[in-house]
Amino acid sequence: MLLIPCPHCGPRAQEEFAYERSLDSVVRLDDTPDAAITALYARANLRGEDDEIWSHAHGCRQWLRLRRDRVSHAISLVEAL
Amino acid sequence: MARIASLARSRYSALALLRGAIGGHRHWGRAWRAAEPRRAYDAVIIGGGGHGLATAYYLAAVHGVTRVAVVEKGWIGGGNTARNTTIVRSNYRQPALQRLLDHSLTLWHGLSDTLNYNVMFSPRGALFLGHSDADMTRLAERGDALRAMGIDAELMSRDAVARLLPLLDMDRNARWPIEGGLIQMRGGSARHDAVAWGFARAADALGVDIIENCEVTGFLRDGARVTGVRTTRGDIGAGRTGICVAGNSGHVAGLAGLRLPIESHTLQAWVTEPVKPMVDTVVMSQSLHCYFSQSDKGGIVGGGDPDFFPSYAQRGQPLRLEDSIAQAIALMPALARLRMVRSWAGVTDMSFDGSPIIGETPLPGLYLNGGWCYGGFKATPGSGHLYAHLLATGESHPIAAPFALGRFATGRTIDEAGAGPKPQDR
Repeated sequence: MLLIPCPHCGPRAQEEFAYERSLDSVVRLDDTPDAAITALYARANLRGEDDEIWSHAHGCRQWLRLRRDRVSHAISLVEAL
Repeated sequence: MARIASLARSRYSALALLRGAIGGHRHWGRAWRAAEPRRAYDAVIIGGGGHGLATAYYLAAVHGVTRVAVVEKGWIGGGNTARNTTIVRSNYRQPALQRLLDHSLTLWHGLSDTLNYNVMFSPRGALFLGHSDADMTRLAERGDALRAMGIDAELMSRDAVARLLPLLDMDRNARWPIEGGLIQMRGGSARHDAVAWGFARAADALGVDIIENCEVTGFLRDGARVTGVRTTRGDIGAGRTGICVAGNSGHVAGLAGLRLPIESHTLQAWVTEPVKPMVDTVVMSQSLHCYFSQSDKGGIVGGGDPDFFPSYAQRGQPLRLEDSIAQAIALMPALARLRMVRSWAGVTDMSFDGSPIIGETPLPGLYLNGGWCYGGFKATPGSGHLYAHLLATGESHPIAAPFALGRFATGRTIDEAGAGPKPQDR
């Protein structure tokens, strides 16, 4: 189980949070179709540290950026988005 | 040495067992050689799981391509082949998936004879439970669609389900009341290890080199073309290179600079102490997302949802384990009396439409078979058969054609759950 240090609420149990998507996968309004397809579907899916968007869904409901190791599950960075 | 090799390739039979009994069973050789990598092959398959070994077997058996190597970073059948819940069925919703998995199910029937290896495939029926009128309507529609495709499906009344599985909680006030079900009698379960070992032995007997403890660290390139693999045991040239490492597809494709519509997520399973027969079929609920069956050894094997966030760790979150066990116990209260002996997790390739990817990659010479989400085991023979066709001919088999990697860009996704491009929503 992860203990996620929410920058607004402090350390909270993983149950309160929801993973949304990786940070490199946000589709922007002015994206070309190719860029949008890449953002929607192409993932680095790193076996190591990656940046992710989570929401504190059952807490402050704010969006967070997490840098997390996908093998050790260690969280090295949490900041408000 | 030669004698051992020839005995290893002799047929398994009752007679061989009897002969072995006289000699104290000392004559049994290795089931497959510990092959040293050669410099080049016609085809190199990355990944010695069920799918990769099946691919190698069908390449040799169907297409006569025997200069084939399977390179495996660990040992045969030590990855997801050993970490699933061994359910085999083809009662899917999307026609493309129905064709794909029924192709596989057809191969499951008779697989033990084909391989001369008892994979303990047991077509004991795979039952979806319905918990409401809406569920039953959905299951009736699913059954009609399946029968229209020539796939067996039988709608069961509440009473029929109660007769089949007397230990289910049939109380009208149960946490999840049971209103009936839809059963596929050709479905069932199989012995996961035997599937990997059977394909490995049969492929080896046809000349395929199975190279264990050989991790791929990169690709040999000639411009854009992939001409082989770099491994911890040296470079190996390949006419065609096939990735077959579901769970780690993102990582291996990343070594070639590709980014796939796949995220790796953790899926857990659990098993109880072995008991006398109490669950006759595979029991599943798609409304809840819980599934369990009884292994031939007697343990109740079950699972549920994946962990809902990307992970390559082969360990899961207690939360999700608790969810699936709570659901199983609510459906069959007697399970609460059993001790859980083990739980484990596997890393699954969660694709962005919930369906597998079998096809060429943007790099010539490199092919991909992955994205099986949490439904890969049932597809093992079919996936291998179709991937072998692709690696032998360079063309997709018609059944595999809809599963091309290019479908995401063109919008022809095969979205079984209708959930859109978010793996954690399936």
